Amino acid sequence: MTLKYLVAGTLGAAMLSSTAFGAAHEAQGRDGNVNIIFWQAASTMNPYLSGGTKDINAASMALEPLAHYDENGAMVATLVDEIPTVANGGVSEDLTSITWTLSEGITWSDGTPLTSADVVFTANYCMDETGGCQQLAKFGGVTSVEAIDDLTVKITFDGPKPFPYGPFVGSTTPILQAAQFANCMGTAAPTCTDQNFGPIGTGPFTVTEFRANDAISLAANPNYRVAGKPAFATVNFKGGGDAAAAGRSALETGEFDYAWNLQLAPEVLADMESAGIGTVLTSYGPLVERLMINMTNPSADLGDERSTVAHPHPFMSDMAVRQALSMAIDRPLLVEIGYGKAGKVTCNVLPSPAIYNSPNNAGCEVQDIAGANALLDAAGWEMGSDGVRAKDGVRLSILYQTSTNAVRQDFQALIKQWWAEIGIETELKNISGGVFFGGDQSSPDTFQKLFADLEMYANNFDGTDPEAYMRNWSCAEIPSPENAWLGGNMPRHCNADYDALVAEMGGTADINERARLAIAMNDMLMQSYTIIPLVHRGNVSGIANTLEGVKLNAWDAELWNIADWSRAE
Amino acid sequence: MLNFTLRRLVFTVPTLLLISFIIFLILDLAPNDPTGNLPLTIPPEVRANIRASLGLDDPMYWRYILWCQQFFVNEPLNLLNQWFGWCVGDCENRLRVTSWATRSPVVDLIAERMPQTLWVVGMSYVVGILIALPIGVISAYKQYSWFDQAGTFVAMIGFSVPTFFTGVLLIVIFSVWMPNDSVFWLPSIYDTTHKVTDWGSFVFQMRQMVMPVMVLALYNAAQISRFMRASMLDNLSQDYVRTARAKGLKEKTVLLVHVLRNSMIPVVTVIALGIPQVFGGAIITEQIFKVNGLGQLLIIGIEGADIPLVQTLTFLFAVLIVMFNLVADVLYGLLDPRIRYD
Amino acid sequence: MTDATVEIEDDRKYRSLWGDVWSQFRTHRGAMIGSFVFIGILLAVSVGPFLWTLDPNYADVRNRNQGMSWGHPFGTDQLGHDMLAQVLQGGRISIAVGLTAMALSLVLGTFIGVLAGYFKRLDGILMRGTDLFLALPILPLLLVIIMLFRDTLRNMFGPETGIFILIVFIIGITSWMQTARIVRGDVLALKEREFILAANSIGTPSKRVISRHIMPNILSPIMVSATLGIATAIITESSLSFLGLGFPSDFPTWGRLLFDGTQRIAQAPSRVIWPGLAISLTVLSVNFIGDGLRDALDPRIRGR
Repeated sequence: MTLKYLVAGTLGAAMLSSTAFGAAHEAQGRDGNVNIIFWQAASTMNPYLSGGTKDINAASMALEPLAHYDENGAMVATLVDEIPTVANGGVSEDLTSITWTLSEGITWSDGTPLTSADVVFTANYCMDETGGCQQLAKFGGVTSVEAIDDLTVKITFDGPKPFPYGPFVGSTTPILQAAQFANCMGTAAPTCTDQNFGPIGTGPFTVTEFRANDAISLAANPNYRVAGKPAFATVNFKGGGDAAAAGRSALETGEFDYAWNLQLAPEVLADMESAGIGTVLTSYGPLVERLMINMTNPSADLGDERSTVAHPHPFMSDMAVRQALSMAIDRPLLVEIGYGKAGKVTCNVLPSPAIYNSPNNAGCEVQDIAGANALLDAAGWEMGSDGVRAKDGVRLSILYQTSTNAVRQDFQALIKQWWAEIGIETELKNISGGVFFGGDQSSPDTFQKLFADLEMYANNFDGTDPEAYMRNWSCAEIPSPENAWLGGNMPRHCNADYDALVAEMGGTADINERARLAIAMNDMLMQSYTIIPLVHRGNVSGIANTLEGVKLNAWDAELWNIADWSRAE
Repeated sequence: MLNFTLRRLVFTVPTLLLISFIIFLILDLAPNDPTGNLPLTIPPEVRANIRASLGLDDPMYWRYILWCQQFFVNEPLNLLNQWFGWCVGDCENRLRVTSWATRSPVVDLIAERMPQTLWVVGMSYVVGILIALPIGVISAYKQYSWFDQAGTFVAMIGFSVPTFFTGVLLIVIFSVWMPNDSVFWLPSIYDTTHKVTDWGSFVFQMRQMVMPVMVLALYNAAQISRFMRASMLDNLSQDYVRTARAKGLKEKTVLLVHVLRNSMIPVVTVIALGIPQVFGGAIITEQIFKVNGLGQLLIIGIEGADIPLVQTLTFLFAVLIVMFNLVADVLYGLLDPRIRYD
Repeated sequence: MTDATVEIEDDRKYRSLWGDVWSQFRTHRGAMIGSFVFIGILLAVSVGPFLWTLDPNYADVRNRNQGMSWGHPFGTDQLGHDMLAQVLQGGRISIAVGLTAMALSLVLGTFIGVLAGYFKRLDGILMRGTDLFLALPILPLLLVIIMLFRDTLRNMFGPETGIFILIVFIIGITSWMQTARIVRGDVLALKEREFILAANSIGTPSKRVISRHIMPNILSPIMVSATLGIATAIITESSLSFLGLGFPSDFPTWGRLLFDGTQRIAQAPSRVIWPGLAISLTVLSVNFIGDGLRDALDPRIRGR
């Protein structure tokens, strides 16, 4: 009853304001209901407790960070008036602190004002070690978050932070209401079911019903800070099923307006699109499907020293072999078969944002079987009678592992065939994703252990700054029994020059200089063929033709601008 | 009979405890991990932190005892509190069995999903039995007639064509090819938030149930009708049937009273054994039509290595299996007086 | 006794039990057609790959997603694999898995069912064990089995045979419970019948009672379980491989061909028709063979 009253009230207010501001401002909720389908259902509305893309997207409708990334990766102010920089004095000269000033007059959906205390609370909520906060990495290096006054927050780091936009930028770290979550700190975090399922936010919508792993119903936030927005009165956020079914419901049957992550065979997607009800949009972030070469010996005979730096790989340590593997791959064909509009050929492991994209590795687009064969011949790998090359009794026989996924299995089949043409024998293995990416200590099949000669998966980084991502391939990041196989350096790449570049980037603030360093690191990895990039993958979503204002965003939650969506006439 | 039932009931307690422990052991041994489905951008140290916050660092036996305490003590107390308002001990902060993925009580999740699973899977089971029994009886009575051959054919198709195929086929026909304004158009996505309040919403509910129910009913009917037919055939050639006919009983009486009753004995087992599966949900069909019932909850839990959720669900499932096996045994004794358990 | 029989039948040809069974089996039209179809399928998948020599794993990428043609009678898939070669090759694995897994689960199920039904002492413990297996969460169990045994078996038998043994074992031990329950129920009822009482009262040992008197009378539910079992095994294998637990992706099986095809059901119906038809025909023919066998083995029908 109260909600209805409030909605009606705002409707009235919006009507009044529309006369004042002209036709651009129409009533909130004028376009009725919008149906969104995510084939992975959201399990909570609190992104600090679940870092899954589905959960972050669901939460982004109700909760907002201080600033978003827009569809081009540029920061846009959301709850503040301007992005702090060194130039405007928001970031200190020595790069050790950043000061955010909230816009005036912003209220939570329950009508109470947003203050700097909420921001401070959110930081403490996540940085509580016992809570298991999944966005903790975003707060890396933060020593204190303090409220200067009601609208000003100062975040201090333990050293110079060239890129201080980790906390509260992007939908992964939105602001929680201190009043609502006060009793949910630390170990109590999981017991706050009502709060986690129905957080009070500043975003365009509020939760009316939350069915975990199933469906979420939301209604327009009557206290939303922009008059006349959102255009939709309610949102039905449905989860479950698979990508094909989601695509069908948005592109063929018209039951849904927005279908997320349509990772489907290109011809299937094209056929769905030809029904004429909806279109497919793509946006490119830094996600790259790549082969990770194991530079160490994965032989089971080595026992505990399997896949550790103690034993170099018997043939992968020969650069000619790695280069030949890369040359034999027809990347444009892989893109055409596996991703279509949702992928591009890339010769870099860091293809995006554009400023970091190295121009020095072009040429991998062309498959060169003859060249690869010549290279192997020159390196002394002689073709055996069984069609497999060998040298000094070492046969080029590869175990190639990846996670279970239709496109990845297609890639495996094609790549196996190309490698057969250059005299390399391949055995394929696919492992259920939950096991492969799970990192369970007892399982031999995790991607960190890499008990295979090479593996394929896709990875990217959050936001727009690649520093942490590039640090993955420094010597210290090599997974091994000593560090419980934690670490992101799957190829076990170790190079002092590379580590020096990593250190240099950690102290450099100038964006162009940072780009130069990132490109140098990328080139080092590419030209040693330790990582073989295959496809630069995009996000693909299906949007009904009647839905307007959608700007697909690879740098933030896809639903980041749902307040601007509206129904076409 | 009563004696037997009581003895069996007492015996179920240690059985179930043992089952719950073995399930826990398997879940614990399984190599998938609760952080396995999180984005790779979350660094390993944070993952280790998450695992610690879930209690994964505690030894296995300790976690099992904790689960037992939460499930056998705290949850029943909580139910008492919810249903009757009785409060025993600390009602506010009692630790309930909590899912790792959603951070909410598992029992609430199950209660939330029960309606759609019972509606869809339960209905399909009933429809399947209603189709299967007459088909099985007639097929056997008129063995090798065209009806029998057709029945066999349909049953085998129903059984050999997996539901992931029939489901998608129905969706393509009735949701995609059929124009949206046609009477025969059916929704491909089940709306779990839909509430039946009047005739119109009831019709909508029926429409969204038609496809999943039919897909599952075909599969169930195929199986049950084969067992029914085989059992009828066995009995039709028995001496007592000849005797009954010789006595001059009406064919209807012979068939429906004498033969059917005896043929039902093995079929009852099959049917009773299938009922727990109704509660287990139908993973594939639920997935295809986005019914999001108990089957989908279980599969999400397994994929995400959500041990408390999977443990609780499978344990409840085990309780049902043990109970319905007991029911089947009791029915056996009632249907066939020759079977003596004591 | 024997002499007397021979004298009475001396104007007829000598007839053995199995001869009788065979002649009865031959009169069952469905069973004969079923046998021919099944033998045909067996021949096709065993000899077929030698006649249709296209490599099922050769990806002729230029000719992908083709319809039916002389070069590719069943068309090609999204990578340009020849579908006919894939169906033939896939049939080998699917039928082998289906038959062995079915046999394993049947033997296990019948064995446990008969023991539980016949020996009262064993009933409780065996049936509670059955309950346990019914209640086990299959997927985590599979993950555990695979983790523990995949590499060992791969090293002992090579990647193909190793995973074959693993899959047959998995399907076998997770699908015998229903058979066991049904067999036990039948045995419970049979045990009280006069002819068993008679056999017991003349001191026939239990082993003999079971093999001579019980087993022939529980054949029909076993036959039904067998037919259903083959289909289940073929389908289960497909879901296994989709969970990353089955054969490596370059081993086509009928179940997986069907699953892959389902995604493209609107674009290329032939992708689902051929493997679907193969599975259905196999199941159907095995079912009719089972029907015929049951009739042929039933002395009451055979006499008619």
